[in-house]
Amino acid sequence: MQSGSAKSSQTLSAESAHVVELANISKSFPGVIANRDISLQVARATIHAIVGENGAGKSTLMKILYGLHQPDSGTIAINGVITQFKSPSEAIAAGIGMVHQHFMLADNLTVLENIILGYEPTKYGVLSLGDARKRVKELATSIGVDLNLDLPISELGVGQRQRVEILKVLFRGAEILVLDEPTAVLVPQEVDELFTNLRKLVANGTTILFISHKLDEVLSISDQITVIRQGSTVSTVSPKMVDRLKLAELMVGSDLPSHGKRTTLVGEKIQLSTNKLTVLGKDRKNPVENVSFKIFESEIVGIAGVDGNGQFELCEALLGLVDIEGTVEIGGKDASKLSIRERLDQGLAYIPFDRHREGLMLAASLWENSLLGHETSLSRGPMIDFDAAKKSCREIIDRFGVMTPNELVPAFVLSGGNQQKLVVGRNLATAPKVLIAAHPTRGIDVGAQAAVWEEIRRSRDAGMSVLLVSADLEEVLGLSDRILVMFDGEISAELDPKSATPQILGKYMTGTQ
Amino acid sequence: MTQSKNFRLFVSLLAALAIISTVRLWTSQDALTSSDTIGTALRLTVPILLAGMAGLWAERCGVLNIGIEGMMIFGTWFGAWGAWQFGPWAGLLFAILGGVFGGLVHAVATVRFNIDQVISGVVINLFAFFGVRYLSELVYVGKQGGGISQSPPQKWALPRFNLPILSGGQIAGWKSPDFLGWLELQRWFILGDLGGISRGLTHNLSWATVIAVLVVPASAWVLWRTRFGLRLRSSGESPVAAESLGVKVNHLRYYGLLISGGLAGLAGGTLSIVASSYYRQGQTAGRGFIGLATMIFGNWRPSGILIGAMLFGYAEGIKLVASDSITALFLFIAAISGVFLVVAVIRRKRVQIAVALSAFLLSAIAYRTVDTVPESLTQALPYLVTLIVLATANQRLRPPAMAGVPFRPGEPH
Amino acid sequence: MNQQLTTQRNFDSMRKSLNTLGSSVSAIILALSICAVLLLVTGKDPFAAYSKILETGLTGEKLLEMLKRATPLIFSAIAVAIGFKMNLFNIGVEGQYLFAALIAAEMATHVSLPRPLHILFILVVAMVSGAAWASIAAFLKIARGVNEVISTIMLNYIALSFIQWLFESFFRDDSDGGLNVKTTKIAPSGRMPDLVHDRLNGMFIVALIVAFLYWIVVFRSRFGFRLRASGLNPIAARTAGIPANRMVLIALMLSGAVAGLIAMPAVIGDVYGYGPSAIATQFGFAGISVALLGRNHPLGIIGAALLFGFLDSTSAVLQLSGIPSSIVKVIQAIIVLVVVIVNEASSRRYNRRTAERAAADLKSQEVPQ
Repeated sequence: MQSGSAKSSQTLSAESAHVVELANISKSFPGVIANRDISLQVARATIHAIVGENGAGKSTLMKILYGLHQPDSGTIAINGVITQFKSPSEAIAAGIGMVHQHFMLADNLTVLENIILGYEPTKYGVLSLGDARKRVKELATSIGVDLNLDLPISELGVGQRQRVEILKVLFRGAEILVLDEPTAVLVPQEVDELFTNLRKLVANGTTILFISHKLDEVLSISDQITVIRQGSTVSTVSPKMVDRLKLAELMVGSDLPSHGKRTTLVGEKIQLSTNKLTVLGKDRKNPVENVSFKIFESEIVGIAGVDGNGQFELCEALLGLVDIEGTVEIGGKDASKLSIRERLDQGLAYIPFDRHREGLMLAASLWENSLLGHETSLSRGPMIDFDAAKKSCREIIDRFGVMTPNELVPAFVLSGGNQQKLVVGRNLATAPKVLIAAHPTRGIDVGAQAAVWEEIRRSRDAGMSVLLVSADLEEVLGLSDRILVMFDGEISAELDPKSATPQILGKYMTGTQ
Repeated sequence: MTQSKNFRLFVSLLAALAIISTVRLWTSQDALTSSDTIGTALRLTVPILLAGMAGLWAERCGVLNIGIEGMMIFGTWFGAWGAWQFGPWAGLLFAILGGVFGGLVHAVATVRFNIDQVISGVVINLFAFFGVRYLSELVYVGKQGGGISQSPPQKWALPRFNLPILSGGQIAGWKSPDFLGWLELQRWFILGDLGGISRGLTHNLSWATVIAVLVVPASAWVLWRTRFGLRLRSSGESPVAAESLGVKVNHLRYYGLLISGGLAGLAGGTLSIVASSYYRQGQTAGRGFIGLATMIFGNWRPSGILIGAMLFGYAEGIKLVASDSITALFLFIAAISGVFLVVAVIRRKRVQIAVALSAFLLSAIAYRTVDTVPESLTQALPYLVTLIVLATANQRLRPPAMAGVPFRPGEPH
Repeated sequence: MNQQLTTQRNFDSMRKSLNTLGSSVSAIILALSICAVLLLVTGKDPFAAYSKILETGLTGEKLLEMLKRATPLIFSAIAVAIGFKMNLFNIGVEGQYLFAALIAAEMATHVSLPRPLHILFILVVAMVSGAAWASIAAFLKIARGVNEVISTIMLNYIALSFIQWLFESFFRDDSDGGLNVKTTKIAPSGRMPDLVHDRLNGMFIVALIVAFLYWIVVFRSRFGFRLRASGLNPIAARTAGIPANRMVLIALMLSGAVAGLIAMPAVIGDVYGYGPSAIATQFGFAGISVALLGRNHPLGIIGAALLFGFLDSTSAVLQLSGIPSSIVKVIQAIIVLVVVIVNEASSRRYNRRTAERAAADLKSQEVPQ
């Protein structure tokens, strides 16, 4: 069926109570099932929230609705008409607009230019700027937004940029608005403003799909909440019927793994500690505020938290990539003023958040990748010891089970899981004193995950201290000896994994308590 | 708001005029604002201006164009050839086509084949330099006045005109008075300078110059007032966002580069048809790169490029017409920085005070001590100014955000 | 098993080299065909031209000239390649080498040293001057974030003017008379001896040594690994403790130092001084072509420089037989343009094939293990 027909069937839409109806949507990618049999009904002129943990499948679902992905099975009905979107432009034509988490704006173009781009009112190819300005102003007023249309985007704050994105979508006549984690980048006042605008939008007849994992906000803004966990819908509830606790439980689930048993004892020597560590935000809130913790020898401390609560900046601060206030000590010695190289020489190792961005040289061979950061020890005089470097890489390949024909192939030929194993192996092979492991198993298959966990445990038992940053509760609970919860740049709780329940974790992670 | 802006512009222009007029009377260097100097400056401004606009069109659509120099070389050669064969107007057309050919090569290499934009530009410069040498060997060698590095002189020149009544132009065979020329000769404070400058801009003017100057408002209009222009700029600012809104980024980059090449070709054409009457090897003399510098100096805006080109053109012009007047310019710079110094002190901007003060002292010392400025150093002026602008005002420059980054539609970003 | 693995490995790396060589050679053939069409269109016989090039180029005399002409190209291409290896585009080689030529020629006349030391002194001065000029661009990039492409272009022209001013105001020596004014002639102790009298200067050996050192330092040493890592993924390199700014400074200065040697075959091997018309320009840009054609590899660069030198050496004879001599330069430019396009396409295809082959290898490995 053609997408355009959704718009032409106005008569039908009046009868249908549900503007959007997703039925039995399933979608899998190689090795991962992103969505499994998801069904969802959204009533006209309501705000419908979709909540779930990172990786629960919310984004995939919305990308399917927006035509970026095609579902393996299941149907999408807009205004009661079953439709298939082959591309976003078809979804746009059907009245769906998406506000991405990462804004798609041109910084040096003005607000007005960004809004009308691709949908410009023109006369003989000449922009009808007066007309456009009038229409945008009307739209803005109708939802209570006040913007100077002639400013370049670069001079706007994050909240205002989001308003531009919303206006951009509305200008194209969107009646269904998908907001992907709209509050992730906003400060509380901006969130309030956004919600005011959204309520006005709904009052004008727009339907809003609101993706979030911030339970407070979801409860305060939405008319209906659908909870998704591990790719499936858990349930759809009304915010009046649930409280935060109940919602957190639905989101996290209750079937969590038992804590992995350990045979060795946590040591007594402090290997990594921070005192009142603050990372200065340039023009926004400090991403890390007053964080103090100690990690002992042979201990894994898990940092649990929803992405974007300062974990990334904390790791950068520990490694020496950003300017800080407060102190960092490695192996009992003040490392606050040390360079990255010196910190690594002190026995620090780092498994980065994003292996492609911070970890690998994709075009270089595996042995060159495993050499990175270990040039000093794998050299003879000023020259690289090629045989030793290749041998060391083969050892990593064998020990960590990296599936590869040999160590000479470039890194891009490996699958994500094997690339990750190589990065993990590179950092564990030299037996560091302290390991910072950021999402060590993100995006890799179950087998590789178990292997990585096993290696981290084994190194821990041999005396290594680990700071484990993860949004995956299974990982944090299963691996850690102690858990710190990070929320909004601060440590909000210290928990014992043996007694921590997902409910309690969920509460701290979402700032409910 | 715009009114007060216009007022401010008017006042600062008047102030600048007053200062240069004072300097002229003080040093008796009438050449500073003579119609002769200004006319020469205008002639020298035109190719730089067009090269700058060529850079603007390329970078606004998202592609660096290091190859402007090469495209200009094509312009000089094909322009001269066309003018030699068919007359000056056809010559200008051939100049544009020659540049368009260069732009097309750049577009195919960078947009179609994803070649590094800098590499492609560098290779085009080499290709153009030797390519036209080869063509000269084929076509010009053995012709009267021609050779491997030079074309035969053209028989016809582009018509020139004087503005009637103001600059002594003719109206139906009647020679109208040259009012501005008379005013210039009076040497009055401000009015004399105004007369000289205006006469320089309206006297013995080539139609090609008029066309070249019109390129500035025309480009501004197309880029900022039409759908094509908005989409083209969006391709340079955020191709991902543009593509997500249905804009065909790579098509627009083709158009942008063809226009860029055409303007560069026209810039070359003005050198071999308007500023002289034959093609000569090395005629462009790095003006493509001065154009690039002008584009940066002008902050990627047509008006800024116009100002930059006039500045560089004036510096070159005064050197040609009256090289001993250059020292008077130091006094002018000193006076201007003095004014800025006062403003900065009032506003209590420390950095501005420091910059204005050092400029003031430097130029004042230079005026007192330097008798002649070596020509080689004035040649470096545009490049030096651009480097200083880049080093000091990098944060305030607004280049198109994604200029230089290849774009492959449909790939995850 | 182990033996088999080693063979497999050698085979893999050989395949990569063959792929590189193959795509370069086919690009050259394609470029020559394009030039043939160009010649045909302009009414010249391409076969006559090419056979003339081969015929004249393959004589002993011309082969020596090829080596002579290749010498500055090797220096220049290596200077450019050092930058490329770190993702830096040093377009400023042109300005760096001309500046270094003037300073070295002038400084050479201010010291008196025995022969090998005097020559060494001049070479060191040239390298330091080239590095100093390049460090301006490095400083602007590190401290002010100025893109090195733009700054080195500007610095080229500034260098030209600066050199002219220095020369005209301070360094020119008219005592020699004649039209081609130069700096004071360098004493015999500072002259590099010829390998073949008047045909090939000893700087050719220096060029080969520099190419070898380039291979050792960039491809084999720890420093070189850090340099390449910073080029391959600057963020990963920084995370692994490689200081980004320092690498930019060192890389550009090294590049400038090698650039400083470009004019030395002329300065201490032929002209024995610096003169505006005696020292050839444009080697900086030619070096970019040679580095691209040689794919930044020392052997590739030497090969490409020899090819360009070969073509250049034939141009004078072509002229005599009615074929426009500039065709060799056009051939060079077209070769480079075609080579970069073909390389881009073939490396993408090679990457895809490598990925497929790796996947297939894995499947076949799983069974026996």
